[in-house]
Amino acid sequence: MMIGDALIVSAILFAIGVVGVLTRRNAIILFMCVELMLNAVNLSFVAFAKLHGVGGHVFVIIVMTIAAAEAAVGLAIVISVFRHFGALDLQNLKLLRR
Amino acid sequence: MTDFALPGELIHALMPEITLVVGTLILLLVSAWGGEHSSPTRLTTRFALGIVAVTAGAVILAWLRGDGGTSDGRLAGDGFRYAVDLVLLLGTAGTLALLDTEQARTRAYQAEVPVLMLLALCGMMLLTAARDLMFLFIGFELMSIAVYVLAGSNRSSARSAEASLKYFLLGAFSSGFMLYGIALLYGAAGDTRLASIGATAVGPLYLVGVALLLTGLAFKVAAVPFHLWTPDVYDGAPAPVTAFMAACVKTAAFALLLRIMTEALGPAIDTWHPVLWWLAAATMVVGNIVALAQSNLKRMLAYSSIAHAGYLMVAVLAYSADAAAAMVFYLLVYTLATLGTFAVLGIVSEGRESATTIGDLAGLWHVRPGLAVVLAVCLLAFLGFPIAGGAGFFAKWYVLQAALSSSTPLNVLVVVLVLASVVSAGYYLTAIASMFNQPRSSNAMMPVPTPIFSGVVMVVSVVALLVLGVYPTPASRLAAAGALGASPLRTVAAPQPAATAASRSQSTLPEQ
Repeated sequence: MMIGDALIVSAILFAIGVVGVLTRRNAIILFMCVELMLNAVNLSFVAFAKLHGVGGHVFVIIVMTIAAAEAAVGLAIVISVFRHFGALDLQNLKLLRR
Repeated sequence: MTDFALPGELIHALMPEITLVVGTLILLLVSAWGGEHSSPTRLTTRFALGIVAVTAGAVILAWLRGDGGTSDGRLAGDGFRYAVDLVLLLGTAGTLALLDTEQARTRAYQAEVPVLMLLALCGMMLLTAARDLMFLFIGFELMSIAVYVLAGSNRSSARSAEASLKYFLLGAFSSGFMLYGIALLYGAAGDTRLASIGATAVGPLYLVGVALLLTGLAFKVAAVPFHLWTPDVYDGAPAPVTAFMAACVKTAAFALLLRIMTEALGPAIDTWHPVLWWLAAATMVVGNIVALAQSNLKRMLAYSSIAHAGYLMVAVLAYSADAAAAMVFYLLVYTLATLGTFAVLGIVSEGRESATTIGDLAGLWHVRPGLAVVLAVCLLAFLGFPIAGGAGFFAKWYVLQAALSSSTPLNVLVVVLVLASVVSAGYYLTAIASMFNQPRSSNAMMPVPTPIFSGVVMVVSVVALLVLGVYPTPASRLAAAGALGASPLRTVAAPQPAATAASRSQSTLPEQ
């Protein structure tokens, strides 16, 4: 019962993340939406762990570690882009168009 | 199959990766010790080449000893792993040599660039060995995160920064999909091992998981319609990094795709086979047709690499041991041709911030015949031209053969492949014709003399391509050992007969 609810919430959160990535144009907001997607998946893992044992919990720890590494790298990239362009709106990044 | 591997066993199975990581961390410490300005960056690159050589030795040793992975089935120790590892090491060594050339030209690259390449290589080698979704995800992210940074490694270039951000956002987005697919597969199977997933009954959870996983992988291998990031990223990233992405990242992603498809997703073959069929056809057609319209060389090569992803997907679809061998051979040839092409590109575009176009190649034969010949051989290898294109012909030939002799002959897809290759002649031959037939314009820059490391890369790749083009037996035999050793395909032998009958009815649909 609880597991089904948790999976539905996780799917909704994931969908919100996907819609955010597809509709927003600010790099930081996009990045936050990606993190939301990852955390939605974490919720699924925890729910499944209730069925299948500790493997899901281990996976959550791994995902959180990797998400932290990704955040560090992502923010560094965002800073380097801001230094070059002075903006984080993806519509301003148009050097690479033929 | 036991539940957990003994620690000693794990260390034994991961020996090549551990060798690589220890070397890389020492290199990282040494390059950080020197501080930002004093560190001799080119020395780091050369040291990294040494580490790659030692790791290659460890891989060969493990292959010769016939190390069989771990007893819990989480790490593979088959020929496929070691053969793909060697292709990856070759690609990385070539890229490092090209990086040395770039570093001689500009001080924009820090000492950590070769370190990041080695870390990405470590992720890729973990990917080829992974038989468990956890290892697989760690390897995948280790590779991806390092390559995001590499794409932006030229800190003085705004184009490089833009490429890095675009690659990062789309890469993280796609790994989100992949991770969700992994979570659902874990939920359906109750275990993260590929073998357990391959023994699970197909249900709705399983199928949604397969779809999400396939979406994430399609982003990484740049299959149409998930390819839109590729031209921008390939164009903006520094030339050696583009070569690294085109050769090594693609190789690792395809090794992963093949292993997942054969070991874990065998039960759902009826579902994914038609989907992958259409992805492969669309990738070949769109990649080649859009490439025709490109004047920017790097964008043209990006679309050409998309098309090659389509050819490789045909090998995945053929779903046999022969197809796995054909794929390893194809990846070897593709890596060699990519290295040669980018070695020439790095010299022709030297000192230029804007994009290099096909017009910049005009008359290259008259000023630098050697460069023109190297580029011509590599482009002909991409095209699959016999003799002059070297082993490129055999690479395509083996894929076609595997596709036609698979249990569900992919006749229509083979026709698409051949027609798409004919279309690709349109842009490869245009570039070659402009090098040999057109006069050099008077205001064109004279290419700089070839640095020794780039020269070595060019000579090695062209000689290897031409020799394998006349006598492919040693490499194809090695590739066959790579597929059959302790084949990743052996485990799917059981579900195949039942699955193929059903998939035949589905995959022949487009023919009617």
